[in-house]
Amino acid sequence: MNAQFWLIQTFNGLSYGALLFLVGSGLSLIFGVMRIVNLAHGSYFLLGGYVALSVIWSTGSWVLAIPAAALAIALLGLVMERLFLRPLGFDPLRQVLLTVGFAFLFQQAALDIWTGNPFDINPPAALSRSIVVGGLHLPVYRMFMIGVALVIGLALWLTMEKTRLGATIRATVDDAQMARGVGINTSLISTLIFALGALLAAVGGVIGGAFLGVYPGLDFEMLPIAFAVVIIGGMGSLGGAAIGALIVGLADNFGKALFPEVSYFTLYAPMALILAVRPTGLFGRE
Amino acid sequence: MSAARIKILAVAAVLAAAALIVPHTNSFIILLATRAFAFSILVMSVDLLLGFTGLASMGQAAYLGIGAYLTAILATRYHIGLGWDFWLVLVLAMLGSALLAALFGLLAMRASGVYFLMITLALGQCVWGLAYRWNSLTGGDNGINLSQRPKFGIDLADEATFFYVVFVLFALSLIVLYTLVHSPFGRSLTGIRERELRMKVLGYNTWLHKYLAFIVAGAFGGLAGVLWAHTAGIVGTDDVVLTTSVDALLMVVLGGAGTLIGGVIGAALVTFVREYLSTLVHWWQYVLGGIYVLVILYLPGGLMSVPQRLREWRTASGAADKGVVMPAPARGAG
Repeated sequence: MNAQFWLIQTFNGLSYGALLFLVGSGLSLIFGVMRIVNLAHGSYFLLGGYVALSVIWSTGSWVLAIPAAALAIALLGLVMERLFLRPLGFDPLRQVLLTVGFAFLFQQAALDIWTGNPFDINPPAALSRSIVVGGLHLPVYRMFMIGVALVIGLALWLTMEKTRLGATIRATVDDAQMARGVGINTSLISTLIFALGALLAAVGGVIGGAFLGVYPGLDFEMLPIAFAVVIIGGMGSLGGAAIGALIVGLADNFGKALFPEVSYFTLYAPMALILAVRPTGLFGRE
Repeated sequence: MSAARIKILAVAAVLAAAALIVPHTNSFIILLATRAFAFSILVMSVDLLLGFTGLASMGQAAYLGIGAYLTAILATRYHIGLGWDFWLVLVLAMLGSALLAALFGLLAMRASGVYFLMITLALGQCVWGLAYRWNSLTGGDNGINLSQRPKFGIDLADEATFFYVVFVLFALSLIVLYTLVHSPFGRSLTGIRERELRMKVLGYNTWLHKYLAFIVAGAFGGLAGVLWAHTAGIVGTDDVVLTTSVDALLMVVLGGAGTLIGGVIGAALVTFVREYLSTLVHWWQYVLGGIYVLVILYLPGGLMSVPQRLREWRTASGAADKGVVMPAPARGAG
């Protein structure tokens, strides 16, 4: 356990946290705007990876695979929200259950289309190298993940804080009824956010596919981790999702390295405690 | 004879018929029925929370897991629970999971609505995390094999005998839970489900009511776990994984929350589709997912509400035939 161990683990934790931010931020925004716990969010992550694989197989382009998968899954989210979640009105429990029903349907569809074999998404050679910094071998790909999360996080933050659209979204999160009262089309905002959340999860699926793989069951493995991110950070808050993702990413890495037998316990027990003491999360909006 | 009594008799008749017919079918059907009845106990415990108290638990598999792992660990390490002491394990498992529920409940009871759902999810994941990672105790991914079933005068290795044992314990659980939800305590739970604030104002200790319901549900989850372990012959992380909790919740909603027996119908239907239909066609999961989606969209009361729906529909169309329709809105002159 020298300095090198701590540096490498911190680096790995940060890059895993970057991936978790992509998944968690969407989940967090969806909850903030619609009060829906989207249990199909892990499915978006997995389907994103699968669509990317199809694009790579047919065109050979990894660069094209990311936007293609993101848009395809965003469209899927849009349709799901408009046609199925919307008619239920404001009934969180039924909406939650409906998203599980869809998660099962997606699971079967993925099995049918992409078989049950595990795949890896191979990034271009330029990203597969590793560079040596101060005696540490750092994979370029993990730096790329951190970079993507930073760029997307910054873009989201600027949109939320500096644009009119962002202001209407924040208003909807804070008080949907009031927002409707002042003429904000909260219905449109909900659809947009749901599609955006699906898009972010899909991007996470493509990028994460390089080191997590793409395989049946990944959807329900990713889901509770995304929840941990959102709950620790606080639901409906972008900054919260970022901090939650960092905490979970680091806790997961160090947990597995230092005390493997209880590593998941050390992740979910704080999540339960935080929920009990402060249900809105550490940085959630009231 | 009151309508409620007719319903009870109908349920009893169907269950008695199942108990009489199933043991004479082939061993596959017996196994399916055993699984369905064992899991039904867990499903009913979810219904106690969701249907009667208004708490959607997303972590009920934790209690199934406590019962199952306790059974497997005691049997493989200490040879406890393979003879008459099977009943001792049953009691221990119920106490153990009630104890865990008492601990978890202290945290979970602080939240309500969607937050309750997420906190139970987190607590369930704690148990899953330990089961998955604590290899030396739980066998991790491989799980623990239970090579034999208990033998005490009767041999539970015999499929039909084991079915009877599971069935009797299921029926007892149903009777106990039915009595509980129709007791003054159960009525107060329903009151809390409908409007907690009003119950508080009326002087009820709603926290204690919910807390006790949570513990009782946990105890029955543990009972289901013991039977589940012996049914499958293996205990693994699949028993405590998130999807198992979700399954139990969906079965309740599928059959009809707040009915107890609805969850049993849901469990039977899902077990049939998953275990039997899956041997015939590869697209069985579309059927299951489709049923879930359709029921949630169009039958909020679950399958148990179908007769009522039909009655309403028949009265509505009957009224239309006799011409007793709502008068058409008067049109403005000109």
